[in-house]
Amino acid sequence: MDLIRSAIATVVGTGANVLPIVIFILGFHALVIRHPLPHFRRLLSGLAFVILGLGLFLIGLEHALFPLGRVMAAQLTAPEQLVGTIHSAAAAQDWTAYFWVYVFALMIAFATTIAEPALLAVAMKAHDVSGGTVGVWGLRVAVAVGAAIGVSLGCYRIVTGLPLANFIMAGYVVVVMQTIWAPKLIIPLAYDSGGVTTSTVTVPLITALGLGLAETIPGRSPLLDGFGLVAFAALFPIISVLAYAQLSVIMDRLRARRRALAERENDTDSLEEN
Amino acid sequence: MSTTPTLSIFWTHAKGSIRDLTPIVLVIGLFQFAVLRQPPDGAVELALGFVIVVIGLTFFVYGLELALFPLGETLAVSLAQKGSVFWLLLFAFLLGFGTTVAEPALTAIAREAALVAAADGAIADTDEARLRYVLGLRLTVALSVGTALVLGVLRILLGWPLPMMIITGYLLVIGMTAVAPADIVGIAYDSGGVTTSTVTVPLVAALGVGLASSLRDRNPMTDGFGLIAFASLTPMIFVMAYGSLITWI
Repeated sequence: MDLIRSAIATVVGTGANVLPIVIFILGFHALVIRHPLPHFRRLLSGLAFVILGLGLFLIGLEHALFPLGRVMAAQLTAPEQLVGTIHSAAAAQDWTAYFWVYVFALMIAFATTIAEPALLAVAMKAHDVSGGTVGVWGLRVAVAVGAAIGVSLGCYRIVTGLPLANFIMAGYVVVVMQTIWAPKLIIPLAYDSGGVTTSTVTVPLITALGLGLAETIPGRSPLLDGFGLVAFAALFPIISVLAYAQLSVIMDRLRARRRALAERENDTDSLEEN
Repeated sequence: MSTTPTLSIFWTHAKGSIRDLTPIVLVIGLFQFAVLRQPPDGAVELALGFVIVVIGLTFFVYGLELALFPLGETLAVSLAQKGSVFWLLLFAFLLGFGTTVAEPALTAIAREAALVAAADGAIADTDEARLRYVLGLRLTVALSVGTALVLGVLRILLGWPLPMMIITGYLLVIGMTAVAPADIVGIAYDSGGVTTSTVTVPLVAALGVGLASSLRDRNPMTDGFGLIAFASLTPMIFVMAYGSLITWI
């Protein structure tokens, strides 16, 4: 009954984290606005669901998925796993020896981003506000693709030891270029989607991956080189969401042009018939 | 939506939760069997954990629509109707500061950062010095998120262009990177990502969208979003400034 005891402890802990925020908002409302909140009882029951839900979510992750993910990250980056490919310290520096690490990084970052509740919340809001133009699922997949590419690129950086700042600056240049041409409507949402990917589910797993890599590779220090994966996971979704919006515009244009061409052909056909 | 949840609403949400979590299970399962070729220990506990995760996510999403979104939106609309810029900015600052200072992910990263700083000799290698460093870092990040939300709300009120502000932020990050001590850079970049937690994001998103929809001439889509972008950018700048100050003084 260890699980039940730690479940209760986690839900209580989540409550202790969330309640101060709730008390602050309710207190602020009572002191400054001085109107009763509408649907107060519904709000309270909703908050109970948030605390209970987040608590259960965390305990489940902590008991089932995180240990497995961490063990996996450790095993994939352990020297024994790489033994067939690495014969010397020089080979350990070769970035191609870590093929499965990149594949794992790509897939786990995609999967954890899809499961991120904060991203789901923003996608739901964006769907509402845009009147359905921005799809909940489309936005989440676009963000997850960005996070996946970002994290595996971040692993490549840890393996090669290239400076973090260069990658981030290059990313910034791409974002600025895309901002010039991307549809104006999507830009604020794209900027926001960088911050929401790195939350409850993603951070613990990719941190374990980064630390494992930095421990295994000769010449890397976990304290110095283990950082930076979160930054990659927060930057690349901006690029992928902007790219997704740009692609949809291009596809729309192509479709419109094809339709116009088809119509013109129809017109000429009918003229010839006449 | 009624106060008493019906089973069918829960089932709809639960189906969504299962779909959201399937990729993680597939990835871990695939690697376990195909690459590492080891069956996982404790399959029963794993299955139980997965069921708990699904129930938790279902409850959270249900409570999100019932409480967090309305709470953020009601506050934004009421404060906009009250017409007091001061209270609105104060609320934004306190919300950003308060939700960040207690954030567990931030505390964890601050502890790691203290170890780096101590190993590097930027601070003394004692418990007391490290604790002071951790607290300083947490307050710095909380201050930066508070500032971010104030800037973001001002932008919505005054209609400032978001790209110009974000690009200015990028330039500041690049400038600070050149100046700040090398060890703090990785931590600073990561701190931008960890500040935006699962409870804060829905509140802040609803605040921005609610504010933009209650103002004339503001579009909730182009003006309402953007608050989270500020909150993930300013911590990088503030943390690098903190690291520089600690090293130089």
